[in-house]
Amino acid sequence: MYSFEPNEEQKMLIDVAKRYAETDLRPAAHEAEEEGIFDPKLIEKGWELGILQASIPDTYGGFGDRSLLTSVLALEELAVGDMAGALSILAPSLFVTPILIAGTEEQKTNWIPPVIEAEWKAYTAAMIEYAYDYDPNELKTTATLDGDSYLLKGEKRFVPFADQAEAIIVYANLDGKTQGFIVPKGLEGLEVGEREATLGTNGLQTFSLVLDNVKVPKANRLGGEAGHDFAPILAAAQTSLAAVAVGVARASFEYARDYSKERFVLGSFIAQKQSIAFMIAEMAAEVEAIRLLTWEAAYMLDKGEETAAHSAYLALMGAIDMAMMVTDRGVQILGGHGYIREHPVELWFRNGRGIASLTGLVMG
Amino acid sequence: MISFEKSKAVVQAQYLIQTVADNMMRPVSRYFDEEEGEIPWDYIEFMHGALRQMGSASLTPDHEKQKEAEKAKKPRQAYVVMAHQIEMLSWGDVGFYLCTPRGGLGSAAVESAGTPEQKDKFLSILNGEKPIFTSMAITEADAGSDNSAIRATAVLDEETNEWILNGEKIFVTAGRLSMENTEGYTVIWASLDLEAGRSGIRSFVVPAGTPGFKIAKKEEKLGIRVSDTVTFVLEDCRVPYDHILGNPKIEKSTEGFKGAMQTFNVTRPLVAATGLGVARAALEEVKKMLEEQGVVLRDGLPRNKMTSIERDVIDMERMVRSSWLLTLKAIWMSDNKISNAKESAMSKLHAGDVSSKVTQKAVELLGPMGYSREFLLEKWMRDAKITDIYEGTGQINRLVAARAILGYRGKDLR
Repeated sequence: MYSFEPNEEQKMLIDVAKRYAETDLRPAAHEAEEEGIFDPKLIEKGWELGILQASIPDTYGGFGDRSLLTSVLALEELAVGDMAGALSILAPSLFVTPILIAGTEEQKTNWIPPVIEAEWKAYTAAMIEYAYDYDPNELKTTATLDGDSYLLKGEKRFVPFADQAEAIIVYANLDGKTQGFIVPKGLEGLEVGEREATLGTNGLQTFSLVLDNVKVPKANRLGGEAGHDFAPILAAAQTSLAAVAVGVARASFEYARDYSKERFVLGSFIAQKQSIAFMIAEMAAEVEAIRLLTWEAAYMLDKGEETAAHSAYLALMGAIDMAMMVTDRGVQILGGHGYIREHPVELWFRNGRGIASLTGLVMG
Repeated sequence: MISFEKSKAVVQAQYLIQTVADNMMRPVSRYFDEEEGEIPWDYIEFMHGALRQMGSASLTPDHEKQKEAEKAKKPRQAYVVMAHQIEMLSWGDVGFYLCTPRGGLGSAAVESAGTPEQKDKFLSILNGEKPIFTSMAITEADAGSDNSAIRATAVLDEETNEWILNGEKIFVTAGRLSMENTEGYTVIWASLDLEAGRSGIRSFVVPAGTPGFKIAKKEEKLGIRVSDTVTFVLEDCRVPYDHILGNPKIEKSTEGFKGAMQTFNVTRPLVAATGLGVARAALEEVKKMLEEQGVVLRDGLPRNKMTSIERDVIDMERMVRSSWLLTLKAIWMSDNKISNAKESAMSKLHAGDVSSKVTQKAVELLGPMGYSREFLLEKWMRDAKITDIYEGTGQINRLVAARAILGYRGKDLR
């Protein structure tokens, strides 16, 4: 039976994430964006909220069962605070979650607990590539079997914390299928490139990564020798990115809503003018619609429904347009003030465009 | 706990109604669109019989059963089920849905604002031998969404203890079916005191055949042509005292009016469901027709690898689905008695946009075939447009939603 009410545990998690987003992430967002770095202490504090840990079974050092839906609820709240901050805190999830979804028992036991049981350390994943038609299902980075190893060759972009990463999941094209490979730091041919500069989310430190025939043991292929199905990993990435989009859009919507009730022009507050009020009503409806589409995708994925991958795809397609529409209006409603970096709406506007390009940068 | 699981009741309802849609609606959809004014009696009789057999008074949730469920502490889902029924009926043909007997807006008004006695009286008659329709008459020539401007009057004749109704109502959906073709009733909105504004407005049950009541005009419309839309004229039309819905005394507050407006919190998502049913029909038909034309619609591609048509189709799909979820949430809130003025207006404004956009795009995507009356796509585009107009235009619903979002009252934002 349909229900739209989170359970008690989820409500608590939402609450925790919300409070942290309000008191820590949001106030730090501007400086983090300008300086290009998030205060590591803040990241550690966010990590200690245990959002990722709560969805890792205790066998692997966590204290809960995986629920993408629960992660999505928390992710949205964090993203309302700040997208770059949310992505920074959850970078280790880019490493852990695919292993949990597709890894062998051995991979889970070996790789998950060290991430989950410790303080925040840089673990990450490399999926994104430079191409106008970047497609996670048709990557240009290749994996080739070479005796007891795979050789990885290609170039990855926007890899969070690649410079300090303990290990990275690198996605590569193996005979036409996308497969993940666990790549520990220090392997020969693995070269971390320049710090990336992007339209938004500059508080998240990302780097390019060159793989020059990096030799990875066969056992490091996600799912072992048999490999794995990439679809559920991609679906988790799409759904999570959609949740981030909802968070960013919500931030912009709420800010513009509050601003419009304070800004007095030509005899009334701008919120009292239909041109503004109607925009606000449309923003609210669109955010909520895509939010529910995202919830549904997460729910379907958790249930392992056959149509889940399509739901996730649909959610992201919706989120791409919604995020841009809403964050654009956020700037527009503030008018000249919206264009000034003192107000956060311009940052959300920049971040909002990222939803179209960043599949693989977040995974709850 | 968040769940997107359809209940058994929903699955059954969908299955059943799809069969009806496939067999009793789609084959004659075109005919009744072309022959405006003809009445789809086959469908009406069938639905009446089917609903009667199922023991439900109408599509409208049975208030007794609702109470029982509440006592048994079962989750209430009557409106959610109803939204699914309506969506599927509208998927078949939204004009036909509006010709579904045993209920309609009139009985919905009784359901939401009537006393237990009134509910017994006006809801049980729906269950008779012959099909019965009900309608609701609010709109006047100079009072559309601004229903505080209603000029129809109700005066109590203390000698006979009857209400005397006078005025003219336009754009009444199923007015002819409720008052001329069957022994139904209409619910008339009228003012007890024109000076009192909103606080003076009440609604009154007027049964078919009441002296002083007449149908003055039958409209010809862009779409939903099988459903009649008429003008009512009331000239010293008398109804018994207990036909008033709500408090007969004028209080200083506008509680009574607010009570009437509560009805919209239920009906708006249900109207959204009608539009989304049409939109889904158009979407499915477009996919099918494109495939017949040799177009392969690939799934899961990034935006920049899609053809223009693939992008359009996926946009249509996500619009329909997300709008449907918005609607479900709003109506789920009604089931759970959570205040939903904002959500219901949002679902309506969203579905109004989506159903228009999707059906218009559907015609465009099929080129000359979309434009042809040989197929139903053009009809659905005409039918869907009403979603953004009745039960408050998209603009009025934006006002309602914005007020709720901003914490404004009518005087703050108009």
